[in-house]
Amino acid sequence: MANQPPGAIRRAPEHFLGPEQIADVAAGRRGFLRSAFLAASAATAGLASGAVRAADGDPAILNLPMHTKGLGQPVAARPYGLPSRHEENLQRRESPGLTRVGAASVSFAPLQGLFGIITPNGLHFERHHQGWWDIDPAQHRLMINGLVKEARVYTMDDLMRLPSVSRMHFIECGANTGMEWGNVAVPTVQYTHGMLSCCEFTGVPLSVLLEECGFDKKRGKFVLAEGADGSSMTRTIPMDRALDDVIVAWAMNGEMLRPENGYPLRLVVPGIQGVSWVKWLRRIEVGDQPWGSKDEVLHYVDLMPDGTHRQYTSIQECKSVITTPSGGQQLLKPGFYNVSGVAWSGRGKIKRVDVSFDGGKNWQTARLESPVLTKCLSRFNIGWHWKGGPAILQSRAIDETGYVQPKIRQLREVRGNRSIYHNNAIQSWKVSESGEVWNVQV
Amino acid sequence: MSKSECRTLRARALGLLAACLLLSGAAAAQSKFPGIGRPATPAEVKAWDIDVRPDFTGLPKGSGSVAKGQKVWDEKCASCHGTFGESNEVFTPIVGGTTAQDIKTGRVRALISGDYPQRTTLMKLSSLSSLWDYINRAMPWNAPKSLTVEEVYAVTAYILHLGDILPADFTLSEANIREVQNRLPNRNGKSQLHGLWDVRGKGDVQNTACMKDCEKSVTVTSSLPDYARNAHGNLADQNRLIGAVRGINTAASAPKSAVATHPGRLVADKNACMACHAVDHKVVGPSYKDVQAKYAGKVDAVTLAARIRSGSSGVWGSIPMPAPPGLSEADAKTLAEWVLAGAP
Repeated sequence: MANQPPGAIRRAPEHFLGPEQIADVAAGRRGFLRSAFLAASAATAGLASGAVRAADGDPAILNLPMHTKGLGQPVAARPYGLPSRHEENLQRRESPGLTRVGAASVSFAPLQGLFGIITPNGLHFERHHQGWWDIDPAQHRLMINGLVKEARVYTMDDLMRLPSVSRMHFIECGANTGMEWGNVAVPTVQYTHGMLSCCEFTGVPLSVLLEECGFDKKRGKFVLAEGADGSSMTRTIPMDRALDDVIVAWAMNGEMLRPENGYPLRLVVPGIQGVSWVKWLRRIEVGDQPWGSKDEVLHYVDLMPDGTHRQYTSIQECKSVITTPSGGQQLLKPGFYNVSGVAWSGRGKIKRVDVSFDGGKNWQTARLESPVLTKCLSRFNIGWHWKGGPAILQSRAIDETGYVQPKIRQLREVRGNRSIYHNNAIQSWKVSESGEVWNVQV
Repeated sequence: MSKSECRTLRARALGLLAACLLLSGAAAAQSKFPGIGRPATPAEVKAWDIDVRPDFTGLPKGSGSVAKGQKVWDEKCASCHGTFGESNEVFTPIVGGTTAQDIKTGRVRALISGDYPQRTTLMKLSSLSSLWDYINRAMPWNAPKSLTVEEVYAVTAYILHLGDILPADFTLSEANIREVQNRLPNRNGKSQLHGLWDVRGKGDVQNTACMKDCEKSVTVTSSLPDYARNAHGNLADQNRLIGAVRGINTAASAPKSAVATHPGRLVADKNACMACHAVDHKVVGPSYKDVQAKYAGKVDAVTLAARIRSGSSGVWGSIPMPAPPGLSEADAKTLAEWVLAGAP
């Protein structure tokens, strides 16, 4: 134990073998092993409840650890801070088989381990169409052209001198939960809902730039946003959206955008699916018609049962999900649990979230934590006494327009099951008697 | 010059000056933020404003034949998309699922019946501009914006030929592209009348906020198959080690790989090499096994590393391998050693 570095976690069962027992193992005496393993399993259960108790108390209290008795690390040992090494399980991950090339793929945010409403920048989900770049901000330009009095060019120096706003908004890919239209396909909330993140974004309102360029208020009905990467992503945004709350942003959560999220400049289009939040933004064009780009005609189109494709389905409608406990998790033991999740709506604020523990038969209203902001994640919590029996947990969000998050069968009745995009169904997590939680549909 | 003439001139000059001041005053009043931004030059706008709309606004004049398109396709497109645009290896298929009847009606029947395994590009395409614009701005995959206007017309024409929408002797141009638009199998298969574009629109699916006895019975209609529990890796390793829950150990029965990832593979992952290469099959570029077969024992790691770092073309076909930005000499050598060892 003396050689153990401060805070190191030892895994069972060695952790529970005393020096004599280890010596026994080394000497090939194994008769006690069965009882040792039983003790180890009991200890695991004990660990789960927070302590391994010796006769006179908890060794974690009684035996002062190195970090209490020694000298810690100096300041700036890590000039850019990092999470604890004990947190490395929470990472962005790909869904195997979903895509075949990493540069046109997605990594999902680990919602199962996140708190509150803000996504740490290193865990923000990624979606790239032709790979990501770390662009030199000194060489980056934004052009505004089309139906404007004067086409103009701005450097990052220019943009960052303008009056800025900082606002918290969620971003969700239109295909989030898309793998679940037909049936349950993936194990955890990271893969069912992880194309979702929420940040405080800082930038200049697009309306300021459009006014500066003297956009045509009569004929200018739409704007096109275009990226500077190889795919040069283009998406059409109606002018009333563009003038409302769209931000030309350079910062997220207090620092500059991460390269994977569009450094040095991206569009923030609150309430609208992530594909419109064009990264590495290089150009805004004002026009009088939608552009029908690849990602408006061939992708991000919702196939309806009558064989038509809905184009420009952009709003992320009201949705919620319980993140703790959620799929692939194990409840430690019967007793009290704080059931927690997030809710959001592309049409405004969350008004209420209800939670069911019996698969939707009966519902209770959860507590909404502050702040509750427009087009932003809201955190909800509700207490639950799990008595060890089976349960099916669901959450159902209602937004300020009165819209109620639908059941999967209600979505399928209208849209079939081939839509891919815009699945905002109520999520069900089945809790078994053993405390295992798995993804189901009811 | 007489005095009166002089006076008149001076008055005119003053008038001009005043007019100039007025003009510049008007321009300055237009901007709330003096000193920020500048006018774009026509050449700058031309360089970036490449978008083409469904009404073909923005389409450059030009033309390209199906025959020329086939040549470009075989050189630059087929390795990812298949000889006939049918490949499902790297991306979803471009060609397939449309019929002569669809060309007449403008509705793809397989989308209604659902009896085609996958939605291809041609099954979805409602505006030809979208295809032209996308090829022009984003293709080929590893060298976007490298095609000439003629090549973009030609490849577009060839794709439509593969879908039996255009004959083999066709030349697509800005003059006939509207007629071709009217042959697209899914030109009438789109809808924009829904409540999901306008923030004030109304959703099409309604639920009610029932609170008590809402369902007569609850039946699980779908659950995760046992074989899929570990398909995303061990869930125990994807959850925090403290708190109210743990991740379920889904790898308990799955065999664990004892072999550590080769450092060369890490370099390949970090530098996006795997976007175009695979270990044992051709993607855009050759498989690493093929590279090993060709070079192992003939070329040393330093030489191969130098070739990787500088980029190369013409050795494995016509698609060039761009020089990977930011690949250090040391990393390139690690990568080359890994490749020459057969990418273990």
